[in-house]
Amino acid sequence: MNPVNYLYLAALLFTIGASGVLIRRNAIVVFMCIELMLNACNLAFVAFSRMHGNLDGQIIAFFTMVVAAAEVVVGLAIIVSLFRSRHSASVDDASLMKL
Amino acid sequence: MSASLAAAASATSTGEAVQFWLLGTVAVIGALSTVLMRKAVHSALSLAGTMIVLAVFYLANGAYFLGIVQIVVYTGAIMMLFLFVVMLVGVTAADSLKETLKGQRWLAAACGLGFGILLIAGIGQASLRSFNGLGAANARHGGNVEGLANLIFTKYVFAFEITGALLITATVGAMLLTHRERTERAKTQREMSKERVRSSHLPPLPAPGVYARHNAVDIAGLLPDGTASELTVMQTLRRRGQIRDVSDESLADLRALEQRSQERLGRDHEEEEEVAK
Amino acid sequence: MENLIALLIAAPLLGAAVLLCGGRRLDRTGHWIGTLLAGASFVVGVVLFTDMLGRGAEDRTLHQRLFSWIPVEGFQADVAFQLDQLSMTFVLLITGVGTLIHIYSIGYMEHDERRRRFFGYLNLFLAAMLLLVIADNYLLLYVGWEGVGLASYLLIGFWQHKPSAATAAKKAFLVNRVGDMGLSIAIMLMFTTFGTFAFGPVLGSTGETSEGKLTAIGLMLLLAACGKSAQVPLQSWLGDAMEGPTPVSALIHAATMVTAGVYLIVRSGAIFDGAPDAQLAVVVVGAVTLLFGAIVGCAKDDIKKALAGSTMSQIGYMILAAGLGPVGYVFAIMHLVTHGFFKAGLFLGAGSVMHGMNDEVDMRKYGGLRKYMPVTFVTFGLGYLAIIGFPGLSGFFSKDKIIEAAFAKGGTEGWILGSVALLGAAITAFYMTRVMLLTFFGEERWRHAATPSPAEPDVEPAAETGGDHSEPHPHESPRSMTVPMIVLAFGSVFAGGFFSIGDRFLHWLEPVTGHDHGHAPVSATTVTAATMVVLVVGVAIAWAMYGRRPVPAVAPRGSLLTRAARRDLLQDDFNHVVLVRGGEHLTRSLVYVDHTLVDGVVNGTAASMGGLSGRLRTLQNGYARSYAVSMFGGAVVLIAATLLMRAV
Repeated sequence: MNPVNYLYLAALLFTIGASGVLIRRNAIVVFMCIELMLNACNLAFVAFSRMHGNLDGQIIAFFTMVVAAAEVVVGLAIIVSLFRSRHSASVDDASLMKL
Repeated sequence: MSASLAAAASATSTGEAVQFWLLGTVAVIGALSTVLMRKAVHSALSLAGTMIVLAVFYLANGAYFLGIVQIVVYTGAIMMLFLFVVMLVGVTAADSLKETLKGQRWLAAACGLGFGILLIAGIGQASLRSFNGLGAANARHGGNVEGLANLIFTKYVFAFEITGALLITATVGAMLLTHRERTERAKTQREMSKERVRSSHLPPLPAPGVYARHNAVDIAGLLPDGTASELTVMQTLRRRGQIRDVSDESLADLRALEQRSQERLGRDHEEEEEVAK
Repeated sequence: MENLIALLIAAPLLGAAVLLCGGRRLDRTGHWIGTLLAGASFVVGVVLFTDMLGRGAEDRTLHQRLFSWIPVEGFQADVAFQLDQLSMTFVLLITGVGTLIHIYSIGYMEHDERRRRFFGYLNLFLAAMLLLVIADNYLLLYVGWEGVGLASYLLIGFWQHKPSAATAAKKAFLVNRVGDMGLSIAIMLMFTTFGTFAFGPVLGSTGETSEGKLTAIGLMLLLAACGKSAQVPLQSWLGDAMEGPTPVSALIHAATMVTAGVYLIVRSGAIFDGAPDAQLAVVVVGAVTLLFGAIVGCAKDDIKKALAGSTMSQIGYMILAAGLGPVGYVFAIMHLVTHGFFKAGLFLGAGSVMHGMNDEVDMRKYGGLRKYMPVTFVTFGLGYLAIIGFPGLSGFFSKDKIIEAAFAKGGTEGWILGSVALLGAAITAFYMTRVMLLTFFGEERWRHAATPSPAEPDVEPAAETGGDHSEPHPHESPRSMTVPMIVLAFGSVFAGGFFSIGDRFLHWLEPVTGHDHGHAPVSATTVTAATMVVLVVGVAIAWAMYGRRPVPAVAPRGSLLTRAARRDLLQDDFNHVVLVRGGEHLTRSLVYVDHTLVDGVVNGTAASMGGLSGRLRTLQNGYARSYAVSMFGGAVVLIAATLLMRAV
């Protein structure tokens, strides 16, 4: 099997995630799509790591995961506080650039 | 499994190809349903499935540590956090997939398509024909985990420390964002009782949601005449002006109910007349 | 001694500042302060004059440099004064006549509650006029030039509650502005041509300059002179300027300010000498104005306007003389000085008459006043004899010289100019005799005029006493008014003779202006004889028309020329048709162009921008997802560009 297939798969997942960000209005689902994009990147990194025969790619993927974890914590906190003030998790509702 | 692990060390095998096509299909389906499912819970579960498939791919690519971490941290912790928030926000609410922004969907489709095509074209242009394999890299320090640990604590130690600071910051940030500041000193029970006696409400207040169709804390209970009583909502929400007024709604509902019962009664009446005939 | 020069200006300037800033506290003493400081300036002038007389003819010029006004590399302007014989003549005239008129105004403006302000303006005028004549460069002269324009504006409109006075002030200011443009352009031309404004370098280097440039500068200077001195075509303001108080008319619009144009031309003589075309223009302007003013003066029934026409005409003589070149410079200034005496005297006399006649200005309502105002009659009469050129009096000497100089121009020009000057002398004799007869001789028409008309029996008595209907009681003016008139009458009688006998004035001014006797085609005696003849003819005609026959209190319809002359020879109609209408048409077409073309472009740009913004605004809808699409699209473009660059 051609190792490029992993990259194709990563590109496909990334594109699906990006489209999801653009299409969905629920902030939580948007956030999930972002996670999907991050994961697609991780897959590419891991595949690159194997292609080149060193572990740096895996290290990058590892850091991506840590940063994603931190991002999820803050992002979900924002969603929760937004929901508390607006009773809505829709990203379109936050369109006035002010509370 | 061991075969695939061995294969991952150097080159691809037929088994891995089969595994890739099967699981790859699953991953794409999971990703698509993440985007397209109307309920956030379903999206989250689909995403979890995709992530597990990705964990298997990590393992297949010789990233044993990352594969386990993907399952434990991502699928286990992060996705559970997502589910938790979904539950908090309301698990029953199903999103409408109807687009409200004009042209948004077409633009998104065009951009996504263009992006995918360009990305795939770019990858196709690259000359990546074979794996070098991770055998040598893993063996240098006696295994995948040891190899990673060696890199993290030598070459990437600075980034690692900064990541630690980032996590702490994120924790504090999340706390700040979700924490509710107390607006004044808490009253003692004695003060509250005195206040109550001084006010005109000697009997206990109605509980929130009483006489109401909603039982959420920010919806005022209705008085017997159908008007909302702000006294039933907690002080903090009252101060912030975050009371949802549903009095009109419930009155309208009441009217609808009356109308329906009228119709029902009328029909019963007609039936009785028919029976009488 | 040089240091005293600044004091000449400082005294009246201080007076103006004190009086205008001092407020009502000075209402009682203000006129004394103003008069005292004017007098102080005159004393300084006399001290400087005696000092100047004590020195040789060649080193009489004094310079004083106060400070550097605009010290820019390549553009140096100093506040510096130059006092030579020409300036000295003016200084004495301005401060002398000015002081007399200050004294006169004490009496004349006695009942005006804004007298202090009036004296402040008068002092301001003196300061500006002195600055004009003792500046040593054109830029500083321009400051004085504008200063006298301002003072003139303020004083013409002094009785601003009268709409006619306010309008007249505005008219004077606007017409003067046209002339001032000429002066400022002339100064700019001088700077580009000579690189400096100072009299010395500019006038000293006219020889190396092309005639074209000199002609341009000269014509612009002539325009300036026309504006300030009320010469055709900018003459229209002077008649209306008579709306100001009579002392103002005497000082500013007869004796001093209106002669600033003559000063400018004589001072810039070197420029005109190098530009014969400009000189010809000066002569033509002078000759035309000479007749124009005289004709207008014949038809006016308003005593001050008749005198204003006369002023215009006499300044026409001066301009004519100044345009003749070195032959005429000295005589222009000499006539200017004598005219300053007798015309100021005549105006003061007119003011005295008005003072005694309830401010009536219509000469047809005067008559027989010699019995009631003997001093005024005598001084006015001496002024009258001086202006018509009665032998032995001032006007005789100075005007005669100008007529001689006009003939001495030579050739056809000389004959034409001389004839015009002679004709002017005849008309002068006519209209001045008319003024004299209408005012002081004949029956007492004011008695008829004041009788209430029986056709309106039910006129309320209160309205009669309050209005001008009450019969005037002609009386002699107070001492403060008659003394200046007497002094000026002395000047009118003796100045000309004093100047001319032994050519004193000629020798005095010659170092500054130069002199050239020219070659007269006719002898001086012949010219004098001719002048006498036309003088007698003019007086005789006037006597025939106004002395022998009773004068109607209401002006008859008159001939076409008379009616035109009453309307100032249609000058205002001309201005209205050519300038106002033309301006309106020009403005209208410009407005049309502005609306269609300029606004079209501007509004079109704005509209297209607005439309574009309206379209672009929809991009800024506030929805995060829309922005995400933009970002994503941008990423697509970036990737495409990257791949494309690699492919290339």
